[in-house]
Amino acid sequence: MQIMRSHTIPGIKFCLRLAAVLTFVLMLQTSLCAQENYFVTYSHQLEEPGNLEIAAKSITGAPKGGNPFVATALEFEYGINGWWTAELYLDGQTTFNESTLFTGFRIENRIRPFMREHWINPVLYFEFEDLNSADKALLEVVGHDTNEDLAGRNSRAEKEREVELKLILSSNFKGWNVSENFIAEKNLGPSSWEFGYAVGTSRPLALKVSPRACNFCRENFALGAEMYGGLGERHSFGLSETSHYFGPIVTWDIPAGPSVQISPNFGLNRNSSGFLLRFMLTYEIDQFVSKLRGEQ
Amino acid sequence: MKFPARYCWFVLLFLVGIAFAGAGDGGWLNKVPEKARIRPNPVADDLDAAAAGAKVYAKNCAACHGENAEGKLQRGHYRPNLHSNRVKQATPGELFWLLTNGSLRNGMPSWSHFPEPERWQLVSYLKSLH
Repeated sequence: MQIMRSHTIPGIKFCLRLAAVLTFVLMLQTSLCAQENYFVTYSHQLEEPGNLEIAAKSITGAPKGGNPFVATALEFEYGINGWWTAELYLDGQTTFNESTLFTGFRIENRIRPFMREHWINPVLYFEFEDLNSADKALLEVVGHDTNEDLAGRNSRAEKEREVELKLILSSNFKGWNVSENFIAEKNLGPSSWEFGYAVGTSRPLALKVSPRACNFCRENFALGAEMYGGLGERHSFGLSETSHYFGPIVTWDIPAGPSVQISPNFGLNRNSSGFLLRFMLTYEIDQFVSKLRGEQ
Repeated sequence: MKFPARYCWFVLLFLVGIAFAGAGDGGWLNKVPEKARIRPNPVADDLDAAAAGAKVYAKNCAACHGENAEGKLQRGHYRPNLHSNRVKQATPGELFWLLTNGSLRNGMPSWSHFPEPERWQLVSYLKSLH
């Protein structure tokens, strides 16, 4: 009972703060223009300078041998300039029959080294994360991450302070985006490097925009797919004892509203969870700082 | 407090990233390759192209350049007036190149994630302003 109370009260405070932030967001004029195409994979598309994107990336599943859970990463992405985007993630999760927890934060930066568009566009990604072992947001899979990480009982005992580097390669061609991410992650404690990958492709249903206003035009929808998984560790590099997932993605950009994305993910081997459902709601605030300053 | 030596290379990697970013090309209209400059607008004959481009503009560009493309001063940076002679004299190919590559150092993002026909529709709208 004591444990339940200690988890519930911070949870309510967190929800109230979240509600206050979302109310503030809804009061501002929002639009959508730079939403990511994927849940795990990054493309070379950065946030527009001055824009703030707020997204709730959620995942739910019922892992073998564990309780069902819903985990959410609340993302604040800001375009510092044309070649640099910074993000803050706040992670939390609820595991049924266990508890609701705030599981930590991530700070990340994405930098475009080349100022022009090329056939393949690299982006350098740096992240610091301070999470506990209860985190289930699954924003990447690295090393020997398996279904057991999702099935374990909620515990904040183990702290994971990690740095993560990604090489993002991305191309746009005839409406298609194709992106490949190579991931290297290291716990700042004594542990070895872990590796992973994510690849994705997506395309809008229409390549031209219709002149009339509409919510359900083909141009507002995009279809895609992504695959991600672990590649072992420095001393055990490879596919052995790793987990992998594949999922189609449907995106609906509601004009003058949020963007909604949904993706059923399927585990591809016995180390993976059989089925996970991802969903995301994204708002973008144009020229956030200028609006705060009252500039027209 | 001593900074652990093993973290130094993370800092180094970050600084290399910054240095590469600073080494990029910030020029735009005068940097457009000749091949891109002379590209014709494939939707020039489409009567709906400018109206569709106006929709794209309102959703993605008006926050910086103004609802009527009149330009804005934001965070100490001037966002250009698109009724200017520079835009008027630019070829469709030059405008398309700028939309594709952006001018990242000057705050103009790349819109390469928009499909090509959509970018050409936006070019049609920009040309319809003159």
